[in-house]
Amino acid sequence: MNNTLFDKVWDSHVVHKIKDGPDVLFIDRHMVHEVTSPVAFLGLKNRGIKVLFPEKTFATADHNTPTINQHLPVKDPLSANQLKALEQNSKEHGISYWGLGHEKNGIVHVVGPEYGITQPGATIVCGDSHTSTHGAFGAIAFGIGTSEVEMVLSTQCIMQPKPKKMRITINGDLNIGVTPKDVALYIISKLSTSGATGYFVEYSGAVFSNMSMEGRMTVCNLSIEMGARGGMIAPDEKTFEYIKDREFTPKNEDWNKAMKYWSTLKTDKNAIFDKEIEFDGNKINPMITFGTNPGMGIGISKEIPNAKNQEGGVNTYKKSLNYMDFEEGQSMIGKNIDFVFLGSCTNGRIEDFREFTKIIKGKKKASNVTAWLVPGSHKVEKAIKEEGLLKILNESGFELREPGCSACLAMNDDKVPAGKYAVSTSNRNFEGRQGPGSRTLLASPLVAAAAAITGKITDPRTLL
Amino acid sequence: MAYENFKVLKSKCVPLPIENVDTDQIIPARFLKATERVGFGDNLFRDWRYNSDDSPKKDFILNNTQFEGKILVGGKNFGSGSSREHAAWAIYDYGFRCVISSFFADIFRANCLNIGVLPVQVSPEFLDKIFDTVYKDPNSEIIVDLINQKVTILKSNISESFIINSYKKENMLNGYDDIDYLMNLKNTIKKFSEKTPL
Ligand code: SF4
Repeated sequence: MNNTLFDKVWDSHVVHKIKDGPDVLFIDRHMVHEVTSPVAFLGLKNRGIKVLFPEKTFATADHNTPTINQHLPVKDPLSANQLKALEQNSKEHGISYWGLGHEKNGIVHVVGPEYGITQPGATIVCGDSHTSTHGAFGAIAFGIGTSEVEMVLSTQCIMQPKPKKMRITINGDLNIGVTPKDVALYIISKLSTSGATGYFVEYSGAVFSNMSMEGRMTVCNLSIEMGARGGMIAPDEKTFEYIKDREFTPKNEDWNKAMKYWSTLKTDKNAIFDKEIEFDGNKINPMITFGTNPGMGIGISKEIPNAKNQEGGVNTYKKSLNYMDFEEGQSMIGKNIDFVFLGSCTNGRIEDFREFTKIIKGKKKASNVTAWLVPGSHKVEKAIKEEGLLKILNESGFELREPGCSACLAMNDDKVPAGKYAVSTSNRNFEGRQGPGSRTLLASPLVAAAAAITGKITDPRTLL
Repeated sequence: MAYENFKVLKSKCVPLPIENVDTDQIIPARFLKATERVGFGDNLFRDWRYNSDDSPKKDFILNNTQFEGKILVGGKNFGSGSSREHAAWAIYDYGFRCVISSFFADIFRANCLNIGVLPVQVSPEFLDKIFDTVYKDPNSEIIVDLINQKVTILKSNISESFIINSYKKENMLNGYDDIDYLMNLKNTIKKFSEKTPL
């Protein structure tokens, strides 16, 4: 056989092929949140239909939720309204709903894997582009728009042309201070934000097989930032160990049966990809972005590139630097920053808090820095406390907030003010993403920690 | 939701020659709090269009009365970033029916097709010609002919063909949506679900 992992999962979910049109793909798991679903539920109501498979649909509130005082009523009436709509819609359609305050509440892409909703070989969609996160388990997972949310609610299927296939192979060992986030930012800086548009990516090579499940999630999460529909990694022992005994994973006999299927989920030797790309893991350094898209990243000790060496239009590039108030040729190290955000579905897992704590332990937060540390879920929050990380954070002058998307998209009150610089472990540095006029520098939890301690961009390797 | 069908559109256009226009610019996240699909056009390109005190930014193209029409012409990699369909709604609600660019982000393209905005991908050269033409004469018109999959700059009468999947084309021509199609497959889908392992 010569199928890729992607072919195997995709082909086994095609319900119907439309001639010269998209495939009708069956969806195993549909994750729903409050922002992109209300209009979809309204559509169902207008059509007079119910959710076809409520047991395959999971709702959580995350995008719009406050990260302090979650026990109090939500102040913003519009946010409160969306949360109420999700609760009502879930109830009406018999969908499990992990709302604000629920012990399983958290960011949709963090709780999915935590409770074993995410499984190898599954097709998973959600009205959020970083659904690609779940690909870390060998699932086909991608973000969809609200019309498509309505489509999946009403028919459990989606219509999609089969994407092309790309494989990104990275071998070698990662250097000290280089995290999965750096690997992903490195790839995007090489490929640009549209370099993988039209493709579904498989990551392979020693760098990924040596990576923890949390790290793999970070990498797959960022696939969308190079334009890819999604990214995936073949399941292995680590994957199975991670999902075993989670609430929604199969048990006993069913587990053995599932394992038999899951162990077939790898790319065959002779499979052909539409595009193959290779990088050397040794060449990757801690990364930071300097512009207004995730592709504008460099090694932290490098200088901001000159416009004339850029692929895209010079004007767009200059507009971006202008927004950031940076200049060509400047060094990133030593630049002052105002905010640090540790969190999001990219870097809001327990491993990320462990990394962050490694650097700040025994030091003090810089007085000019406002730090928002937001766990991806209550489960992460609990682990932070149980592992003693909270104590270390508090001793260094940091506080922990309650779970949610928070400053990743700044729909709640966690907004970076205009003109201020934020070192952020999230996934997007677009203009105004973290609040109107905010300036975002994407980086790993280690770089974020180094910035939080020193108040400026600092190479984390000097603090390790 | 069914939408207005699309066959041939002849219109002036609004040029936005910026690359990588992401959906956070098209509609910032703080305007995504609605539970109904109304009024998004008012906040289209909000932070490029208005100052923080809500006064219009004079140099932004939507505030320049010289340029108008049902076609938005954007730079390469238009619609990247967040999957929010609200971006496509805002474009539709503002009055655009077609976006022309030399490259579109995947999810944005799909969202447009699902709600009746036609994404037309042209060559970088042709895109430049459109920009040149409208900057010289904002009144010049473009014809987007979905039936023949052809886009023409009326003034110079140069055309280029564009690609669209024939299923989606049929939908756009008739204003059909995918759910109508899928509802007819319901029994097949249910049967299929019985043999899926998950
Ligand atoms: S953390 Fe950010 S990217 Fe992730 S689900 Fe929330 S808003 Fe989307």
